[in-house]
Amino acid sequence: MRDATLLPTRITRLSPVTFALLVGAGALLIVSFQQVAPSPAQLAQGGPRMAELVARMLPPNLEASFLQRVFWRMIETFQIAMVGTAIGVIVSLPVAWLSAKRISPAGLSRHVFKMMVSLFRTVPDLVWALIFVASVGLGAVAGTMTIVVDTIGFCGRFFAEAMEDADRKPQEALFAIGASRFQVLCGAVLPDAMPSLINTTLFALEKSVRSSVVLGLVGAGGIGQELKVAFDLFQYKNASTIILVIFGIVLVMEFVTDRLRTRVQ
Amino acid sequence: MTSEIIRACGLTKRYSDGKTVFSGIGLDVLPGQRVALIGSNGAGKSTLLKCLIGLLPLDGGEVTTLGENIGASASPRQLQRLRRRIGVVFQHHGLVARQSVLTNVVHGKLGLAGGWHAWHQSIARQEWRRDAQAALAQVGLDHKAEARADELSGGQAQRVAIARALVRKPQLLIADEPAASLDPASGRDVMALFSQLSRDSGITLICTTHDMDHALEYSDRIIALKSGSVFFDQPTGNVTRRHLQEVFHA
Repeated sequence: MRDATLLPTRITRLSPVTFALLVGAGALLIVSFQQVAPSPAQLAQGGPRMAELVARMLPPNLEASFLQRVFWRMIETFQIAMVGTAIGVIVSLPVAWLSAKRISPAGLSRHVFKMMVSLFRTVPDLVWALIFVASVGLGAVAGTMTIVVDTIGFCGRFFAEAMEDADRKPQEALFAIGASRFQVLCGAVLPDAMPSLINTTLFALEKSVRSSVVLGLVGAGGIGQELKVAFDLFQYKNASTIILVIFGIVLVMEFVTDRLRTRVQ
Repeated sequence: MTSEIIRACGLTKRYSDGKTVFSGIGLDVLPGQRVALIGSNGAGKSTLLKCLIGLLPLDGGEVTTLGENIGASASPRQLQRLRRRIGVVFQHHGLVARQSVLTNVVHGKLGLAGGWHAWHQSIARQEWRRDAQAALAQVGLDHKAEARADELSGGQAQRVAIARALVRKPQLLIADEPAASLDPASGRDVMALFSQLSRDSGITLICTTHDMDHALEYSDRIIALKSGSVFFDQPTGNVTRRHLQEVFHA
């Protein structure tokens, strides 16, 4: 019989495999620090250069003609984000249904849709932008197509999870009276998953605005294109204006979507 | 042409591990009967009920429900035809929480021909909306039509589930322990409602329960399951409390 006065040990003994894995991970981290982390000397040298760059950026360019150009570029950026997200969300709904476990009408073929969503999600948006710029040319259309793919990758996964998590009891009740899979989707799954779907859509929109800002760096339209030109031509005052506008817009976007999310809850 | 609502013989069902749930069960249910299917937990009442309407496949035996042979070889079309003519109420009401009560009742039309737009009351046929409102009136909840389903009490939600079954104008109403998750008063109300609807509309009712009082008070016939077979099958008037106690004791 176990001695009642014996306390359990404070730390659970590690298995040899866990111990070896922990040591390996620690070693990898230390080596990585040595190879890619900034050294104190680099930080000391970089600091003054950064200060010099910031000084050249100030004051931001507030000329009316330049601000007007930035305004229209920002509108284009918004258009890319909105249209790309709208198309992406519409396409994501059937894709999510087809890939969702338990409710997909596609049977085992659902893995094909799941893999497609994974592919869209794992390839970075700048890579998609390069592909679309190469295929449809420079400009906003390439940016919109990039946002569509990026949104399908994001919403496709989270929509599918929301559908899988929907309350099963109403679904069973509707199946029992002969409702088809599509009717169960519309009648029971989507209404139950709706708050989650709206939340995901708002996150996608926020993400799209941020992405569409940088897509211009590779020629896919929007304000990023203006930013690239400013840096290429050493027009740092123009660059600081654009950065401030981007910061303001992203901040406003986060505020608006946060408020909408709170209302949906 | 058979006059029975359900005709079943030699019904056998096994769990996936091969253990028998029930075997050799036979029963005929006549139109307008109110049948209570009783038995202790795990006796196979719910499984039998689901097999009788083709929600679970049988491992043996023959069953004809509302004229549709739904044995092992039943086609999806046969099952669809059958399900269009029955109403089902589960222990949990199974309402869509975020939808209105009226939409939940309109859902009862989903399995019917042309029922694709019954997934929301706003786009359902006007005639079906009226049917749904009338079904709500039958269960005494027409004033709650616009309320959200998750605002209802357990008893009210179960009444809405009954309205969802009634809106189909079913010939057969199946209820799987409809009062089990309700407090005693709400449970009695729900059982009384089933009983009254069955009597008034002539709908055949098969209801599983492990409540002896409900079985004695609200049925015409009691079928008791024990150890995987029919322990007794008697008109309710012939069944005493002592008979029922034998069902629930080893």
